[in-house]
Amino acid sequence: MSATASPAALDAGPALAMYSRMTLIRLFEEQANELYRSAKMPGLTHLYIGEEGVAVGVCSALRRDDWITSTHRGHGHCLAKGAEPARMFAELLGKEAGYCRGKGGSMHIADHENGNLGANAIVGGSAGIATGAAFSAKRRGTDQVAVCFFGEGALGQGLLYEVMNMAALWCLPVLYVCENNLYNEYTHYLEATAGEILARPRAFGIESREVNGQDIRAVHAETEELVARARSGGGPAFLLANTYRYHGHHVGDVDRTYYRSKDEEQLWRDERDPLALHGEWLEANGLATAVDLRRLEDEARALIERGLAFALEAPFPDPGQVTEDVFA
Amino acid sequence: MSSPEVVAAGTRTRTFAQAINEALAEELRRDPAVFVLGEDVAEAGTPFKVLSGLVQEFGPERVVDSPISEAGITGLGVGAAMTGMRPVVDIMFGDFLTLVMDQLANQAAKTHYMSGGKLSVPLTLRTTMGATRRSAAQHSQSLHAWVAHVPGLKVVLPSEPADAKGLLKSAIRDDNPVVVIEDKMDYAVKGEVPDGDWTIPLGVADVKRAGEDVTIVATSSMVRVALAAAAELEADGISAEVVDPRTLVPLDRSTLVRSAQKTGRAIVVDEGHTSYGASAELAAVIADGAFWSLDAPVKRLAAMDVPVPFSPPLEDVTVPTPDLVARTARELCGTTLGRQ
Repeated sequence: MSATASPAALDAGPALAMYSRMTLIRLFEEQANELYRSAKMPGLTHLYIGEEGVAVGVCSALRRDDWITSTHRGHGHCLAKGAEPARMFAELLGKEAGYCRGKGGSMHIADHENGNLGANAIVGGSAGIATGAAFSAKRRGTDQVAVCFFGEGALGQGLLYEVMNMAALWCLPVLYVCENNLYNEYTHYLEATAGEILARPRAFGIESREVNGQDIRAVHAETEELVARARSGGGPAFLLANTYRYHGHHVGDVDRTYYRSKDEEQLWRDERDPLALHGEWLEANGLATAVDLRRLEDEARALIERGLAFALEAPFPDPGQVTEDVFA
Repeated sequence: MSSPEVVAAGTRTRTFAQAINEALAEELRRDPAVFVLGEDVAEAGTPFKVLSGLVQEFGPERVVDSPISEAGITGLGVGAAMTGMRPVVDIMFGDFLTLVMDQLANQAAKTHYMSGGKLSVPLTLRTTMGATRRSAAQHSQSLHAWVAHVPGLKVVLPSEPADAKGLLKSAIRDDNPVVVIEDKMDYAVKGEVPDGDWTIPLGVADVKRAGEDVTIVATSSMVRVALAAAAELEADGISAEVVDPRTLVPLDRSTLVRSAQKTGRAIVVDEGHTSYGASAELAAVIADGAFWSLDAPVKRLAAMDVPVPFSPPLEDVTVPTPDLVARTARELCGTTLGRQ
């Protein structure tokens, strides 16, 4: 795609694949919530529902051997980069068949074969890892690119600024994707974030842009440009994607009225849903019919159901495995 | 040098700093994935001049001067290590481990385990320890116990030039994060260092001096303190064995225990703070493993539980001295001789 690509230039194949992948994430997360509610899943999890356009828009512009680092709200990034629902569900349930043999859980899924260097339960904790992966790509002379996903909460962490400084100094092929879902856990980001967000990366001379995260084609087009730029030696970039978290900070955060209104939640669901918006666009542009979209949804649902059944039946690890993998 | 390792053809007299420099140069030459990253590591060669000359041979792409961002360079090192490189991150003072702890303890140490063994972090982090340099409370700490407490990190404490070379080369080749902590008071110490490609496996203790009456387990620069004490004790007719674990993780428990079983008495000397320190762990290992052979409780001599003070007469009393070690050994032997 050229630098001037308009969202409308997207071919049917990729456009439908984006719809499928977003649907897969949504259904996966709904099922994850259900696993929590039915007490089948140990611990908690953080749902990505509402933000699907960002992960899929970005990752659909990457190669399989490009790297990503992810966050505690990481299922969407993981699926968008190519992971299988079955092994992700298995990891959520602490099963041996999981991506991390049950040792990582929801907040630590890594899928190195698809370039996912791992979700991270320290806010902003993966900024160094992504920057280091970009350093590695440059030193080893590959043209890989690293993408660092983080929420706007990570804007409060010093590590991010330390590594953005180095990425700019050394012209590293890294894209910092800030998913602004408006809330640092239970606190509106404006209560925690001074000044303009984009002024921060710009202070380092980093190419910085803002995009509507609910518009997957816009996210994809911006990412394609910034990734092509990084791949060809143009250096780091920062993409601020404005989005919204439909659910709470985690699955147990159900009473949210003390920090945001139900009207606000409903507005985003009704008017800014990335799946609905993209589905409407596909139909309006003659790339899919309502029947086509339903078929894609059914396919995704079948994949989720098969994956869930696999994970529920899969065995737990033998307790003897507890001492394995401490050291390589 | 009493190490059992394979010794290369020849040896040369080197300072501790030169031995480290030689190890780095050899590994940089041997493996293009190795690079050095840190503050003032290139032209300056670090404030301790340990890295002098490396940038001239390997260039600024492989001996990389960084901003003053300890967490950032460690995190960058973790990511580079996860993706095919072997970084050697230089953290000038061990006190700055406080700044890198998230990247070291939460990221580097746990990545292999959390990923079910799929990702690994072959990162070497070199830093320093040691008081009595008149550098005050924020440039003098010995924080090896902090990192040794985190599963997933290996911890190396070389005590002489030959060990510094052999252990650092092993650390760089290891597929795990390894923290190598050098006592900055040791950089000028001289010793015989084997030439060429010579490594010491991590997890093998070294008996620095053989003896019969008391075991002194000592780490890092405390090995020299222990050896000086042993020389004093010899004049009193007490034969002290000095054992250097060389690596806290992995720990060569059996060599420590065997020595204490042989002598029946043990003292642990370490420059970390006494409470909850490495000396406590080493003493516990000996007490557990050699209990039925011990004639006296295991004694610990470590740094006082105070921030390191600036004023020389204050600072000097905070760390174990040869005299203190010898006195403790005499008491230990005297007490038990009395019971016999």
